[in-house]
Amino acid sequence: MHKLLTENPGEKMILLGNEAIARGAIEAGVAFGTTYPGTPSSEISLNLFQMSQETDLYFEYSTNEKVALEVASGAAVSGVRTMCVMKHVGLNVAADPLMTLAYVGVKGGFVVLTADDPFMFSSQNEQDNRYYGKLSGLPILEPSSVQEAKEMVPYAFDLSETLGEPVILRTTTRINHSTGIVTLGEIRPRVTKGDFVKDPFTYVCVPAVSRKLHAKLLENIEKATAISESSAYNFTKGGGLWGVICNGVSYNYVADAVKELNIEDKVSILRVGFSHPMPEKRIKSFLKGCEKVLVVEEGEPYMEEAVKAFAQEEGLTLPINGKGKDVLPRLYEFNPAQIRECMGKYFEVPHTPAAVVDTSDVPEIPQRPPNLCAGCSHRATYYAVKKAVQEEGLDAMYPSDIGCYTLGFLPPLAMADFVICMGSSVSSSCGFSKVTDKKVIGFIGDSTFFHSGITGLVDAVFNNHNLTLVILDNGITAMTGHQPNPGVDMANFNLSGYGRISIEELVKALGVRHVTVIKPYKLKKSIEAIKEAVKYQGVSVIISQEMCTLYAKSLKLLKPRAFKVSDKCKNHRDCLNELACPAFFLEGEKVSIDPVSCVGCAVCAQVCPENAIVPLKSEK
Amino acid sequence: MDTKRLIIVAVGGQGNLLASRVLGEAALLANVPVRMSEIHGMAQRGGVVESAIVFGDAESTIISDGEADVLVGFEPSETLRALNKCNGKTVVITNLAPAPPFTVAIGKGVYPDLNQAQELIQAKTSKLIAFDATARAKEAGNVLSLNMALVGALTQTGILPVSEGNVKEIIRTKTKHAFVDTNIKAFELGFSAAVDA
Repeated sequence: MHKLLTENPGEKMILLGNEAIARGAIEAGVAFGTTYPGTPSSEISLNLFQMSQETDLYFEYSTNEKVALEVASGAAVSGVRTMCVMKHVGLNVAADPLMTLAYVGVKGGFVVLTADDPFMFSSQNEQDNRYYGKLSGLPILEPSSVQEAKEMVPYAFDLSETLGEPVILRTTTRINHSTGIVTLGEIRPRVTKGDFVKDPFTYVCVPAVSRKLHAKLLENIEKATAISESSAYNFTKGGGLWGVICNGVSYNYVADAVKELNIEDKVSILRVGFSHPMPEKRIKSFLKGCEKVLVVEEGEPYMEEAVKAFAQEEGLTLPINGKGKDVLPRLYEFNPAQIRECMGKYFEVPHTPAAVVDTSDVPEIPQRPPNLCAGCSHRATYYAVKKAVQEEGLDAMYPSDIGCYTLGFLPPLAMADFVICMGSSVSSSCGFSKVTDKKVIGFIGDSTFFHSGITGLVDAVFNNHNLTLVILDNGITAMTGHQPNPGVDMANFNLSGYGRISIEELVKALGVRHVTVIKPYKLKKSIEAIKEAVKYQGVSVIISQEMCTLYAKSLKLLKPRAFKVSDKCKNHRDCLNELACPAFFLEGEKVSIDPVSCVGCAVCAQVCPENAIVPLKSEK
Repeated sequence: MDTKRLIIVAVGGQGNLLASRVLGEAALLANVPVRMSEIHGMAQRGGVVESAIVFGDAESTIISDGEADVLVGFEPSETLRALNKCNGKTVVITNLAPAPPFTVAIGKGVYPDLNQAQELIQAKTSKLIAFDATARAKEAGNVLSLNMALVGALTQTGILPVSEGNVKEIIRTKTKHAFVDTNIKAFELGFSAAVDA
């Protein structure tokens, strides 16, 4: 049995934040779930997906976040408790249905989990999704700890049913990927069937209906404000005249700083865990008890702006600061020492900064950037495209997309020139090809292609753009930890009853006239095929098929077949300088191959001008 | 209860997350409050994995520069890179077996000299325990047990509020059954390496 299904209220477990959130959903009786994977949210979905295979919980990996939210809306409107999980930028994709579902509302509790990523550990931006609360009018809840993250999920479901609208649970990386001791609660029985009661004047958002629904949403915000005022997730601690208003993980740093600065009797903390709508009365009365206030929140001055507006309404003139000059930054994540120092300075308390050792005389340590894995098929594809372009004498540019393959932007491959969001490779290629004289070759992964590359390709065909799109089909959603996508053979997951979409047939059906499938480990054939495709005037698509090596390893499909550099090596170093596979290392001046990392893709053996790279063990 | 802050740095695949998990479970067993934080995602692609573990009464799950009581490095150049987490009182435990980053192979950096690295760490912190944990793991029967060798050395210092018995019990009950014997052996070899250091 999955450990998160344990029926033993009161038991203590060490859980990752994302496991705690999945457990919270189970305790809330969630019966329907959808997701598109994205760090730092991925393990929530992974655990729910695993549990769906043992229970009557329905959980699906949807094509993208917009689809996930719409699929979920059908279940929630029919009265079933539903959760939809995504990373912060995923909510941009799902924003369209979210904004109007906020008008329509739901019958069964509906929790939308969005995971922000301050510092961008694995994201393209660090947008602050609390603003989606303001934009949509929906409630926002924000936990400060792993235990609280679990507790907030059932609360969010109840709140959603009380208000009849979706509730946004917003986390940050340091909640999702922190681990703590969690006390299990009761599991509410799942109700998996609902019913849809027809009511077109509520559910069909034509203008006349929406005008009425918007008014209802505003009334709901009033109701939500009243709940926020008395919510236990907005609480005060301490009774001093120095006020600190904080949220999320910042609360932890503030709590530790107050203790370490020894100012427990001087400070009052207002922790805001229900941050949209803001608890207006509570904040106003908090401000009246303070002589000076600091707002501690990662990201944008979301609370600070509200707090200042409340102070203005009350005619309060006490100093309120947060993101002011030399106080706290809008950039990146906070840390405990930073908040301690900021509070010491702001409240004029003597404090000693952390005595960090002097590292000025430590020699520069070589960087260890993440890299495409040893034997990764993307490396082979990039190399083949590069060679084809060189041999054709083309001046090419490479719009790329979001996935492992984005790592190919690093030298020596240097095969990504423009990346902004999921699906942008193909659509931005359309624009580049129109206004530049470059040969435009876009790269997109299989999962990303299904997510939002298809519509861009339709545009390219319809408007007859001149570009080549390389679809890097490694048969899995790799970057986020090997999740299914519509092109995946679900038999690999020991699951049946799924459909499977052929990218080749799909691309042909979209009207692409020049479609080639290559096997990137076969370099020579691939290079020849790519040369044909890039010469084609109009839209050409290359589908590069080879299973992700990490995934193949996990399925035990890889036969160990390491290669070695033999005595024939004349140290051209083409292997090292052009492929840069991490299985290579230098032994003195000679290139060697680590037999443990080498997966035997044999791409380097084809690159070596001396044919010096050979199987470690001669094949029988 | 006193707060103890531990940073573990490693290269993806060295078993840092399991080591953290074992220490966390051992704390739970000993009824010691514990909070941890780790960065996932790109690590499987050969990057650096850093875990922070805070034992005792604290709310934060991350550790600021200069605030680690103990730094454990599974790879010597990564230990050196994480020196900014230390202060003059920090105890540092490091594996001495290098796993040079790929940038060295393509001539984009020079791997630090191990003797110089140890001298630098020794001079700047209160104590350095350095040994070849990879060799101990191999001796125990599996190179992948190097994490347990380092957990053994860490447990020997007695800095953390978890006992040898607790940690061993967790290794026995929470690590993969097939690896328990090698893990315990590696733990013990690491433990005695720290005695000798």
